[in-house]
Amino acid sequence: MRYTLLTYTRPEDFANVPPEELGQLKGLFGAYIGALKEAGILAAVDWLQPVSTATTVSEGGNRIQDGPYAETKETLGGYMTVDVPDLDTAISWAKKCPIAKYGAVEIRPSASET
Amino acid sequence: MSAEARMAEVMRASYGRLLAILSTRAGDILRAEDALSDAFAKALIHWPKEMPKNPEAWLLTVARNRLIDIQRKDARIEFRDEMPEPAVLEQPADTIPDDRLTLMFVCAHPAIDARVHTPLMLQTVLGLDAEVIARAFLLPKSTMAKRLVRAKRKIRDAGIAFEIPQPEDLPGRVSSVLEAIYGAFSRDWLGKNDLADEAFFLADLLTQLLPDNAEVLGLAALIAYTASRADARVQNGEFVPLEDQDPAHWNVALIQRAGGYLTRAQTLGRLGRFQLEAAIQAVHADRTVTGVINWDALLQLHRGLSKIAPTIGATVGYASTLGRAMGPEDGLAALLKIDEKVLASFAPAQATQAYFLTELGRLREADAAYARAITLTVEPPLRKYLESKRAALANHPL
Repeated sequence: MRYTLLTYTRPEDFANVPPEELGQLKGLFGAYIGALKEAGILAAVDWLQPVSTATTVSEGGNRIQDGPYAETKETLGGYMTVDVPDLDTAISWAKKCPIAKYGAVEIRPSASET
Repeated sequence: MSAEARMAEVMRASYGRLLAILSTRAGDILRAEDALSDAFAKALIHWPKEMPKNPEAWLLTVARNRLIDIQRKDARIEFRDEMPEPAVLEQPADTIPDDRLTLMFVCAHPAIDARVHTPLMLQTVLGLDAEVIARAFLLPKSTMAKRLVRAKRKIRDAGIAFEIPQPEDLPGRVSSVLEAIYGAFSRDWLGKNDLADEAFFLADLLTQLLPDNAEVLGLAALIAYTASRADARVQNGEFVPLEDQDPAHWNVALIQRAGGYLTRAQTLGRLGRFQLEAAIQAVHADRTVTGVINWDALLQLHRGLSKIAPTIGATVGYASTLGRAMGPEDGLAALLKIDEKVLASFAPAQATQAYFLTELGRLREADAAYARAITLTVEPPLRKYLESKRAALANHPL
C-alpha cells in the first residue's frame, strides 16, 4: 500500500534551534531519505519552503490569495510517499523520521491504489 | 434441536472464530461480516433439510465462497492475498485456525480511536449486538453503530495489518488489548454489569492465546476476584465496602479460579499493574480462610501499585490503606499530598478523607468532605452509603 507521510512543525520552534543543530538535522534527514531509498520503498519526496511563501487559489479559481489555505500553528513542511505492506510498517518509518522529534508526522493512505 | 436453535448455539460459540478468520483473509471486517451473515442466512434455509456434520466448517466454507463472490463483483475492494478456491471443509472444528488474537490486536490498534477499542472487540470477537453495546456504554444505538462502522472503515482503508504485531511493538499492543478488556469489565461495576461475563470470557480467552504473558493472567485474576464478590457488593440497595462484606456471600469457585491465574502469573516473574491489583484482591479474599485482613501486605502492594501506575485511583488506594495500617493521621497526610483541585473533584478521595477526619474526631470537616463526595457521586448505592455515613456523624461518640 502507498502511504504519504506529511511532516508538521511549528516554525517558531525552529527559530530557537541553534544553527549547528539545524545542520545536523539536515544531515539526519538526508540519511533518512537514503534509508527509504535503500529499502526500495520511496515513491516521492519533497521539502517545502515556509508558509510565508504560500499562494492559495480558491473559489473555483476566482480567488488568488497570498498565504496558506488555513492559518495553523503547525505547518506542513514536506512529504514522503512510501510503498509498504501495511500501516504498522508506515508507522515504524514515521517514527524514524527526524522531523518527528520536532513536530508530528501524519500518515495518510493513498486513495489511488493501483 | 431445531435449525434455529442449533444455529444460535453455533453462532454464539463460533462467531468470533469465524469472523477472525474471514477478516484476516479479507483484511476487512465489514466484508467479513457481510459474508458471515450471508452464510448464516443460507444455514437457515439448508440446515432444516440436512444438518451438516460440522456446522462451523460448513459456515466457514460458505462464507469464504461468499467473500470470493464479493471480491469478483466489487473489484474496488483490495484483498491482501489471492484466495484459492476452498475445498469443501469436512475437517473437525478444532483444526479451524484461531485468528481471534489477531482480531483483538486489530480492534485495539493505536490508530483506532481508543473509545471504540472495547465496543469493537465486543462486537467482532463475541458477536455482541450494537444495541447491547450501546446500552452498556450509555450511548444511543445510532451513535455507537456509527463509531463502529467508522472504525471498521479506518481499519480497511488505512491498511491496518491483520497480523500479530512485531516483537518490539508487542508489549504496548498487548497493553491496549488488556485496557480494552478492562474497559468492558469496568462498565458499571457496581450495578448489574451486563458486560462482566463478556470481559471475563475475553480475559480467559487471552490467557489461552498468550499463555506466557503475566499481565494477561493478572487481568484474568483481577476480573475473577472482582466477579466473585458481585453478590456481596450491594446489600439492600446500599454499597458495602470490601472490608465490611460478608465472605459468605463471595463465590468460592471464582476465587479459586482467580488464585490459579495469579499463581501462574507469579511464576513468570514479570510484575505489572494488573497482577498487583489482583494480588490486592487476593489478600482480601484470604479473609475467607483467615478471617482477618492483612493490612501490612495490602500496604506493600498498594505502595507498589502507586509506583508502577501512579493514577489518582492508585494514590487514593495507597493513602486509604496507609491510614488503616498506620493510623488516620498518616492516611490523611498522604491524601493531602495530592493536588488540591484533583483531590476536590475525585469522589473516592473525598470519601476517604471524610473517613479519616471522622476517626480523628474532626466531625465538621468530615461532614463537609462527605457532602462533597455525595455531590460527586451518581451511582445510587454509593450515594446511599455515603449519605448513611454522613448521617451517622451525628451519633459519633466523641
